[in-house]
Amino acid sequence: MNETSAPIIEGLFGIPWLSVNLANVLMIIVTFIVVLVLSILGARNLQMKPTGVQVVMEMILDFVKGIINDTMDWKTGRLFLPLAITLFLFILVGNTLGVITTIIVNDQVWWTSPTADPVITLTLSTTIILLSHYYGLKLRGTKHYFKSYITPVWYLFPIKLVEEFANTLTLGLRLFGNIFAGGVLLTLLVQLTKSGILGFIGGAVPFIVWQGFSIFIGAIQAFIFTMLSMVYISHKVSDH
Amino acid sequence: MLGGFQVLDTIILLFFFILLMVLVTKYAWGPVMDMMKKREDHIRNEIEEAERNRAQAEQASKEAEERLRNSKLEAQQIIDDAKTQGQKQEQDIIQAAKEEAERIKQQAQEEIRNEKEKALQQLQDQVASLSVLIAGKLLEKEISAQDQDRLIAEYIKEVGEER
Repeated sequence: MNETSAPIIEGLFGIPWLSVNLANVLMIIVTFIVVLVLSILGARNLQMKPTGVQVVMEMILDFVKGIINDTMDWKTGRLFLPLAITLFLFILVGNTLGVITTIIVNDQVWWTSPTADPVITLTLSTTIILLSHYYGLKLRGTKHYFKSYITPVWYLFPIKLVEEFANTLTLGLRLFGNIFAGGVLLTLLVQLTKSGILGFIGGAVPFIVWQGFSIFIGAIQAFIFTMLSMVYISHKVSDH
Repeated sequence: MLGGFQVLDTIILLFFFILLMVLVTKYAWGPVMDMMKKREDHIRNEIEEAERNRAQAEQASKEAEERLRNSKLEAQQIIDDAKTQGQKQEQDIIQAAKEEAERIKQQAQEEIRNEKEKALQQLQDQVASLSVLIAGKLLEKEISAQDQDRLIAEYIKEVGEER
């Protein structure tokens, strides 16, 4: 088994701390295009009596609406509908892209799930947590925001503080871990199928099964990420 | 693959993520939501209209029933009126006939009386001239007009008394 690496360029433009993973950039743009094109194609030719694609679009919308409604009331929740739906679709498509195939050129992984990289998932989770703080301050007021750290009792403050960082880490790393592990197992099964006739027979069937399971995992993780994002935001913007 | 933290990845991800959010909201999910809202409104309107129509239909049916009942009552009224009028007319006709008969009877009696009187008058006149004639013939003598009138009067008186 060859060691694979990512196409990382360090010290871009002569700035020592500025580095970029070109595979991530590629996959972000691919995911962006896929989500954008599918969404716009799905939203074409909207009619009062929904048919075909429109039904699917409305199902997705109702699904995400349901996620938001489960965590907060719709009056504040509607504000986060664009965020939730974009998160859900971006992560769902990102997860699926890596399951479909992985492209390795010169031992460098170019095509995989963008969500199989901790930088991506932690960026998303940090953004969500920062947004939750921002909206907590904006919608509930500064007083209520700071009071929430010492409710119900003041000595819970350190735990509350740790919770914020723990939430950020778990939210990002859960997604990364699931998708990365799925990818690792798929790569291992591919190695097995290349090892010989017996290996091919022994590897092909589990590969297909695991691919199906990975799609399922990807959908579940997209759902969980969106759900938890809304839960964390609702903790900050709702009364309880 | 797990090495390092790429700052530019973060910036690029955020840029594309926010761009994606703006674009899909504007061009895909916004219109879908609007359509769903429109459909919701449409359905609500349809239901309201159906309810209104049903209320109207009920009202109309009630009115029709009311009118039917009124018509029946009116018809009965008309029949009753007609009957009453018929009976009244019958009475009137009978009454009128009776009156007419009575009138004709009276007229006839009146005429009879008149005729009788006239006949009597004629008779008187004739009797007078006849008696003059007879007297003239019997007496073969001219009498004065004065005598004649006196004689006639006496004669009539006699005749009248006899009668």
